[in-house]
Amino acid sequence: HFSIPPPPPPPPPLRRPASWENGCAAVFAEALHLGNLLVRYGYIYPLKEPRALQLKPDESPYRFQTPYFWISTRWPATELDYAIYLAKKNIRKQGELMEYEKESYSQLHKRINHTWDFVVMQAREQLRASKQRRKADRMVLECQEQAYWLINRPPVGLSLGFLFSSMFFLFYSTLFGSMELMELIFDPINKDPIMHGCLPSNPWISDDPAHWALNADQVSVPTRLRVERWSFSFMELLNDSMGRKEFMTYLEKEFSAENLCFWQACEDLRHGETSKIVQKVEEVYRQFLAPGAARWVNIDSKTMDKTMEGIKHPHRFVMDAAQMHIYFLMKKDSYPRYLKSELYKSMLAKAIVPQETKKSVFPFMRRQRHSSPSPAKVIATATEQDGQGAGQAGANSSAVSQV
Amino acid sequence: AAAQSRPSALQSGESLATLKNESDSLKKKLEEERAKLHDVELNQVAEKVELVSALSIRTRRVLKGHGNKVLCMDWCKDKRRLVSSSQDGKVIVWDGYTLNKEHAVTMPCTWVMACAYAPSGCAVACGGLDNKCSVYPLSLDKNENLAAKKKSVAMHTNYLSGCSFTNSDMQLLTSSGDGTCALWDVESGQLLQSFHGHTADVLSLNLAPSETGNTFVSGGCDKKANVWDMLPCASVSCRLYDLRADREVAVYQKDSIIFGASSVDFSLSGRLLFAGYNDYTINVWDVLKGNRISVLFGHENRVSCVKVSPDGTSFASASWDTSLRIWA
Repeated sequence: HFSIPPPPPPPPPLRRPASWENGCAAVFAEALHLGNLLVRYGYIYPLKEPRALQLKPDESPYRFQTPYFWISTRWPATELDYAIYLAKKNIRKQGELMEYEKESYSQLHKRINHTWDFVVMQAREQLRASKQRRKADRMVLECQEQAYWLINRPPVGLSLGFLFSSMFFLFYSTLFGSMELMELIFDPINKDPIMHGCLPSNPWISDDPAHWALNADQVSVPTRLRVERWSFSFMELLNDSMGRKEFMTYLEKEFSAENLCFWQACEDLRHGETSKIVQKVEEVYRQFLAPGAARWVNIDSKTMDKTMEGIKHPHRFVMDAAQMHIYFLMKKDSYPRYLKSELYKSMLAKAIVPQETKKSVFPFMRRQRHSSPSPAKVIATATEQDGQGAGQAGANSSAVSQV
Repeated sequence: AAAQSRPSALQSGESLATLKNESDSLKKKLEEERAKLHDVELNQVAEKVELVSALSIRTRRVLKGHGNKVLCMDWCKDKRRLVSSSQDGKVIVWDGYTLNKEHAVTMPCTWVMACAYAPSGCAVACGGLDNKCSVYPLSLDKNENLAAKKKSVAMHTNYLSGCSFTNSDMQLLTSSGDGTCALWDVESGQLLQSFHGHTADVLSLNLAPSETGNTFVSGGCDKKANVWDMLPCASVSCRLYDLRADREVAVYQKDSIIFGASSVDFSLSGRLLFAGYNDYTINVWDVLKGNRISVLFGHENRVSCVKVSPDGTSFASASWDTSLRIWA
């Protein structure tokens, strides 16, 4: 950690330009202001008084927040995440939450009561996992997490600067929703082709389908924007078949690929044919949940009990609870580590940034518009070749088709 | 007053109680004040946002082939194919990019008001005055009659106004003039869930995915759960509604617009709102600032349906002039 020393004393009277003091003080004031903003937005946090979100030029110690918790990563701080955090704190400190935290906790308990078992269970799991870390690391992580939530769910009395006064946090105002909408609209990940064009060109305008070819499901080299999207959220990574494949490769190196395989098998169950449900549930149980299973996944006992009960009357959503458990486990643990890995970084480095095709100066003959294979045909061939079995994302149920 | 008469050293529990009372009365006061004031509108929040510069959106494709009004369309996930349905009873699958018609189905009824493309690209769903929603697997065998493989999935007691596949080909969500929405299992035709709550015709529906599941919103003649108001002549505005704050945050209307809007869709980023109107035009609205950016002419009759393509590179419009247009 570091601290901000008090402003430097002025240099000796000889040869001092008249503007020196003003200049020095002005720069310092601006630096302090910028520093204060950095603290308010959670990029650095105070160690001694975590709730005093300001930068004090008096040797108070500060620490840099880990990029995972930066607001700019736009990791959506959902109610579920906050509930899990408060539950962890509750368990760890045996009920000694701050007043505003207690209120939030009981409000959340009412609002998302239907997933409360999951919340408590996740909290216990995360605490158990953290106990296996070195004490120093654990304390740092706890500080980071606390700092993050102080920014994202500030108590009454704290505010996020220009946004709005503290009382607005007590109930949901349209101002809050509007700010969220604005953030969504201006997120660079959601670059709007109709407003800003796309690279190399918009196929509808240029009659060149290169944009679709470069972004097709299966390409040898993905575009940079596509790889960046994987870092936007875990859902983005999993929704992209290429991203999923890369993540699987990473998990295989970490010997935890069974988690993603299990998740995919559950997706296949949820989206597949009704007639195959019973068979698929049996397969999933055999491969992932049975004692001594080849690709056994770690589910807590309560969820396991619930799932085993459900298996007696198998239906499409019988694995939902277990699937969600594994999803959040991957999201909190493997996913952030994947983003820091060499595998991801090298993929980002070799990704293509297509060159913009300028509209030609001379009038040109309209290009031949080539057809593409129909998705119906593509899937039909795949079904003939595919075997069935849990652990494979079923071709029939996959959402995206090739161009 | 009770607190003041006590000695200075208060128990922590008591001071918290006083604070809580104070906070509660403040909340109540604020609620009262808030009820008096009109809550903040989106364009006030977006005051400092730059205006959208002029967009050069033009028709890039015109799809001709229907014999009567085109009532609905939907994009395929491959970003270039689409399905359209018409009053003439026909459902056509096009490659919008090449203008090729790839499949055509003749329905047993006229006024096919709803159609949807399956996520896999292997089937389409459609229905209308037959009160049903049927799924047609798409076969590339030119000799095969698509109608032969038709599967009746949904049954309503009034016209089908909307249909949409959920995340997979296996489940279908429908809305109907009978005032209900329903979720169906495609393979068995079984009704999985029924949604009652509208007191009048349900005219449209839309899905919103999230980490923990799916939600959908439906809009109807009863003005309930409206994302946009559909009563023609009664209202010519499009409205943006914040479901969590339970309030309307923006209205998109102009004095010069006197015909109702039939269909809307957001651009990829959400900054633009494309709305098709009964005066044959499409208006492009700035969602944040509330002003109209452009008017698009081209259709020669009412615009019945507007949808942005899956990758946001274009949007399609269906019209009573029997054609579809793709704009970019």
